[in-house]
Amino acid sequence: MKRMSSVTRGISRRRLLAGGSALGGLAALSLAGCAGGPSGTSGASGTSSASIGRVVVIGGGFGGATAARYLRLWGGNVDVTLIERNPDFVSCPISNLVIGGFKTIGDVTRSYDGLRAVGAQIVQGDVVAIDAGARKVRLAGGTEYGYDRLVLSPGIDFMWEQVGGLQAAVDSGAIVHSWKAGAQTLALRRQLESMPDGGVFALSIPKAPYRCPPGPYERACVVAAYLAQAKPRSKVLVLDANPEITSKKGLFEKAFKEHYAGILEYRPNAELKEVGRQAGALLAKLEFEDVKADVLNVVPPQRAGDIARSAGLVNINDRWVGVDWLTMQAQAAPGIHVLGDATFSAPLMPKSGHMANQHAKVAAAAIIAQLRGDAVNPTPVVMNTCYSFVSASDAVHVASVHQYDAAEKTFKTVPGSGGVSSAARRTEGRIALAWAENTWADTLAL
Amino acid sequence: MSPLRCAVYAVLSTCAAAAPALAQQATLARNLAATCANCHGTNGNARANMKPLAGVPAADTVAAMADFKTGSQPATIMHQIAKGYSDEQIRLIADHFAAQKPSGK
Repeated sequence: MKRMSSVTRGISRRRLLAGGSALGGLAALSLAGCAGGPSGTSGASGTSSASIGRVVVIGGGFGGATAARYLRLWGGNVDVTLIERNPDFVSCPISNLVIGGFKTIGDVTRSYDGLRAVGAQIVQGDVVAIDAGARKVRLAGGTEYGYDRLVLSPGIDFMWEQVGGLQAAVDSGAIVHSWKAGAQTLALRRQLESMPDGGVFALSIPKAPYRCPPGPYERACVVAAYLAQAKPRSKVLVLDANPEITSKKGLFEKAFKEHYAGILEYRPNAELKEVGRQAGALLAKLEFEDVKADVLNVVPPQRAGDIARSAGLVNINDRWVGVDWLTMQAQAAPGIHVLGDATFSAPLMPKSGHMANQHAKVAAAAIIAQLRGDAVNPTPVVMNTCYSFVSASDAVHVASVHQYDAAEKTFKTVPGSGGVSSAARRTEGRIALAWAENTWADTLAL
Repeated sequence: MSPLRCAVYAVLSTCAAAAPALAQQATLARNLAATCANCHGTNGNARANMKPLAGVPAADTVAAMADFKTGSQPATIMHQIAKGYSDEQIRLIADHFAAQKPSGK
């Protein structure tokens, strides 16, 4: 019911805006103020004064949800509409533990009610078009939303054409990627549960850059931990397109050797070219050999989410969105702020949920300053912490702090700062789960 | 302009210039402190047994960060993170958290 009413409000606002468009921006601002008034949101702040502007946020992952939250927290009287295709937030971080059977999908699922409670309108829908000139977005059903500033946090989509047969195999359910949390996470868990003892689980890792650099190695560890205990004659085969482990290398090598020597095999330079079938088994076709697997988990090569491409924002390597780091605005379209994995990363900046959350705060501060006519913060800072489980209980981290460099117009890590764990520890496993609770709460206003 | 009028003008213009500068500092402090929220909670109201920073006296946060930087305070991760912030940034972060109300969550 809530969802219906917010959609209805969106439609009526669009009609009002369409009717008053000749009056220009001022009319739009005052109407937005009405929409945020008595019949509008339940936020404690922002209802007493007219809205300073309308922001539409596309994508309710770590980037988009944090942007919506902080626009309300810091802007107060900013009219925020978040458009997300899924009904709930399902976290990629910690979801490998669901695949390993050590957590449930409920443990990594959170509602958008916190954002509703702070006055953001949540619309479940799929944005199919962005009209930057007219400053409006269109949903699959035809509903349109006008905006003063647009935040686009589309995550990644897959470059299916890079691996022959992959899209059809994923569509049929024979192969899963599990690189977007939710149904795919559960599908991989079911495949592992159905796999016979003595079976082969093969995991294909694409060439960097991809979402969550240490994620595949964490997955290899927790799946090996599950199989070692439940199906000890099985094997984990890691087929890495990269020449070496791309993140926390020493720590993962140690875990592979110390915990999973008998069960896990790591192969570098093993780029997946094609997938197929042979006598009931799945086939991973590499450059010089075919590898048979009972469960074949392919993390496909990735690029910015499709909506960024269709909006003409992808301007780097035909894959990523270049941004102005002071405001997170797309280089190709000022007024559209792009966050998270979809961006062309600054040096040593990971594609992570934590980083998307940090991007969102830079964008929220900049948008509020722009709407108020204030100067944008010239010295933003972002930081990243990423925990990976190497067993059901023990974790390792990598951390970095990135300061804006005005001369080079990019974020750069501070020399001497950051680093990785000295060793895998149970303490860090507990901190990893606490990190998740705090980050989910910060992102979703829980 | 008389000396008196000159002095009054100087004071007024300094105040007028100082107010936006103070607001800018507060905004910068807010932005910097928000980088800590992923572990220490929004505005320093941490959950799940992480250290809350809301309401912590600024001097305590500044001292802790200095100890993390030198390594005199052992840590799993904070020694790596502390070195990423300047002393001036840490002072702003500490001031921001000191002014936040603990939520008691």
